Amino acid sequence: MPLADFDVVLGLEVHAQLLTRSKIFCGCSTAFGAEPNAHTCPVCLALPGALPWLNREVVEMAVRAGLALGCAIQPTSVFARKNYFYPDLPKGYQISQYERPICLGGAVEFDLGGEERRVRLTRIHMEEDAGKNLHDLAADGSSGVDLNRAGVPLLEIVSEPELRSVDEAVEYLKALRAVLVALGVNDGNLEEGSFRCDANVSVKPRGAARLGQRCEIKNMNSFRFLRQAVEFEVRRQVEVIEAGGKVEQETRLFDPARGETRAMRSKEEAHDYRYFPEPDLPPVRVDPALVAAARAALPELPRARARRYQERLGLPAADAGLIAGEPEVARFFDAALEASGKGAEAARRIANWLNGDVARLANESGLAPRDWRLSPGALAELVGLIEAGTVGGPGAKQVLEECFRSGASPAAVVREKGLAQVSDAAAIDAVVERVLAASPAEVERYRAGNAKLLGFFVGQVMKEMKGKGNPAVVNAAVKKKLGGP
Amino acid sequence: MSAELLALDLRALSGALAAGRVSSREATEAALSRIEATDGRVGAFLRVTAERARADAAAADERAARGARRGPLDGIPLAVKDLFLTEGVETTAGSRILEGYRPPYDATAVARLRAAGAVLLGKLNLDEFAMGSSNENSAFKPCRNPWDLARTPGGSSGGSAAAVAARQAWGTLGTDTGGSIREPASFCGVVGVKPTYGRVSRYGVVAFASSLDQVGPLARTVGDAALLLQAVAGHDERDMTSSTLPAGDYLARLEEGAAGLRIGVPREWFGGGLEPGVEARVREALARYEKLGARLVEVSLPHSRYAVAAYYLIAPAEASSNLARYDGVRYGLRAAARGLGEMYAGTRASGFGPEPKRRIMLGTYALSAGYYDAYYLRAQKVRTLIRRDFDRAFEACDVVAGPVAPTVAFRLGEKLSDPLQMYLADVYTISANLAALPGLSVPCGLHPAERMPVGLQLVGRPFDEATLLRAARALEREQGPPPAPPEAR
Repeated sequence: MPLADFDVVLGLEVHAQLLTRSKIFCGCSTAFGAEPNAHTCPVCLALPGALPWLNREVVEMAVRAGLALGCAIQPTSVFARKNYFYPDLPKGYQISQYERPICLGGAVEFDLGGEERRVRLTRIHMEEDAGKNLHDLAADGSSGVDLNRAGVPLLEIVSEPELRSVDEAVEYLKALRAVLVALGVNDGNLEEGSFRCDANVSVKPRGAARLGQRCEIKNMNSFRFLRQAVEFEVRRQVEVIEAGGKVEQETRLFDPARGETRAMRSKEEAHDYRYFPEPDLPPVRVDPALVAAARAALPELPRARARRYQERLGLPAADAGLIAGEPEVARFFDAALEASGKGAEAARRIANWLNGDVARLANESGLAPRDWRLSPGALAELVGLIEAGTVGGPGAKQVLEECFRSGASPAAVVREKGLAQVSDAAAIDAVVERVLAASPAEVERYRAGNAKLLGFFVGQVMKEMKGKGNPAVVNAAVKKKLGGP
Repeated sequence: MSAELLALDLRALSGALAAGRVSSREATEAALSRIEATDGRVGAFLRVTAERARADAAAADERAARGARRGPLDGIPLAVKDLFLTEGVETTAGSRILEGYRPPYDATAVARLRAAGAVLLGKLNLDEFAMGSSNENSAFKPCRNPWDLARTPGGSSGGSAAAVAARQAWGTLGTDTGGSIREPASFCGVVGVKPTYGRVSRYGVVAFASSLDQVGPLARTVGDAALLLQAVAGHDERDMTSSTLPAGDYLARLEEGAAGLRIGVPREWFGGGLEPGVEARVREALARYEKLGARLVEVSLPHSRYAVAAYYLIAPAEASSNLARYDGVRYGLRAAARGLGEMYAGTRASGFGPEPKRRIMLGTYALSAGYYDAYYLRAQKVRTLIRRDFDRAFEACDVVAGPVAPTVAFRLGEKLSDPLQMYLADVYTISANLAALPGLSVPCGLHPAERMPVGLQLVGRPFDEATLLRAARALEREQGPPPAPPEAR
């Protein structure tokens, strides 16, 4: 059977670091990038006698995420110990939740090829992150452990095995990420590992009811790697089956350098985590009043926002989705629209700039919206200048680049760089005359009926004017001077 | 002077300090001399912090001179089990794996004693990681019973009981997971209190079995123990299992006697296995209560026969996880090794003694996939049933009374080769830990033949330590001053 005769079945486990200031079980800072072990204390170093102390904010954030994703918030949930030895795990166990997580059910909703999809969640639970092993610290090849990350709070969000393609998986992740970022519980940073994902991948003959044997794939820290890893893994499993073999349950690691997944441990080698309820922490009780308050305080979520952009501002679905899918960009968009003081027309222009040149500049610079020098007010101003005819398309592009780079105001850039659009008829007429005089042959051909040459003359004029001529005025002037073809 | 001082109990010494009749320095020197003179035989201390004690005593005297005594414990020489973390002072848990480890912080209970002005004499011997009933599992040296040096002081808080009995300290702190305060208190003829689970913070106490461990005092008298408990009890935000209920006043009604008290006598605690001489003393104590106006009520704790079995699943399971942190990575012993696996295995093989290893294996097995439901989960259900037994009993009585241990202190080496026999030493004490209830041991005379102390166990309602202490005090007063052990004469 060829690849097309197989169904792909994916389930995703996302680990999202929560944006609390302190760790889940102690008061240490969660800030990224400090000197190794600068953010540690007896609790997160697992000194003898130290006990975990639950950070309330973690529970509040878990409740918020659960509500936003439509989960049932459990009035009582229980922390459990997941036991295994590893140097980056100082207690020799991870405090997680097992049989009784804080959230059950729920779903992630997103669009796929214009169709609405809803992928159900199994559960969301709270747990602590591990530290990081650092290898080859010295010439003797010794290793060290940095425990700054040990105890940083995580939400583990587990989907049902309902995703049918890697495209769907990517859209699922983007939508989930957008929700968490909009809630302010996660920064959505895949590269730094604050939003990570493992995938359970299996294949089965098209239409078969029974799921195939799954493999868990780890270490995919970008959407691109997820795509590569899952595509590789699907091909691998199909090849195994085609060759008459059986897919073995195992954990596999994605190797980004080779674009492959590699067996990490087999079912036989799988850890027995010996879960049991964490005796150092009483069950977590979530007060219904807290749930009600959290529900009332939920911000507008990305899908609702995209719908609003379409219905109230008339943005095309794709544009609305792009903006709403990045909560920081959406906030920028809202602020720019407000600064413009205008409605749907300005909204479309702002959206075009945001999804076009601004997105390109942001990509090139690698800057997140909160680090942009361009302010929402500046983008609104630029759009205003365009509408007023003060600056033309090509000039506006330059203005934007300068504003994005320096944070200057668009009006000042227009002034200083002399990018104002020229609409003065006399000045334009003078240029038109020069251009026509320089191309007598073309003028002949135009007048003989070759109307297409109009563009050539307009182009020449614009070139002469370094792009600053007002296109409408230039067009009219050229036509007038040439007379009808 | 020294001998007179040592004859005072804690509260009497406190009165003398308050009246300015004696200084903390004098008391501290008396204790240090006593340790010097006796501990070579007894072995209660793993570490004596003499210089620090002298400095603490000088500071206490200076406060007293200014009229700024912090309270009844200010200037009193005490000592703590080497399971309590002490800032800058080596803390080993009785294990080679922590040898040389100097913690950067004080356990909450220690910090509270220090804040009350107590002078800390040093760290007391124990079974490794508090696992044992005879103190013979100490990785460093055995501890001996001041009543008879051939016998064990009990365990795991053997040093804590022996130090009080030998009058080396006016009071000590121990921990009790399955009887580790009450059994040695009984064996050494001192008072030992295991409070309700959650009454005293466990923060900074090396964990053995987290759902069972509880800190408590050992002292010569019930009043002394009450005073010490008062100092350490109460909520600690660093221990989420510590109760937010305010601590009771353990001294206010201490002398109110036993009249009207309903004392439950569980029939299951007087069956086979209880040594007749021990039973005789316990029955005598019960008779005294009747004489004092208490009423004896027969109660039943039908599930207590499963207590030892349940305990030896739950405690090792939790221990197997709690002891995982001793891996050679961050502190303590690290075996020389070429790779990670070798480092783990080498460190733990050479660092842990046989009993921790046995319990790690038991616990790891009990939690394994496929066995969890049959062992750990079932044991937790038994635990619930045991608690229900007590709840029912407390409908008919105010405290439950019975033996602490089936025998008096046994000889060193007597049970070492038979772990199961050793485990049965805790057959009467374990239930209170499983049910999270307060319990204590109060001396009730010497064994008629063996002339060794026997303890009466009282178990109370949750957080009702005050009633327990009042009942114990009534018996203590009725019995008159107890004899002192040979090592304290």
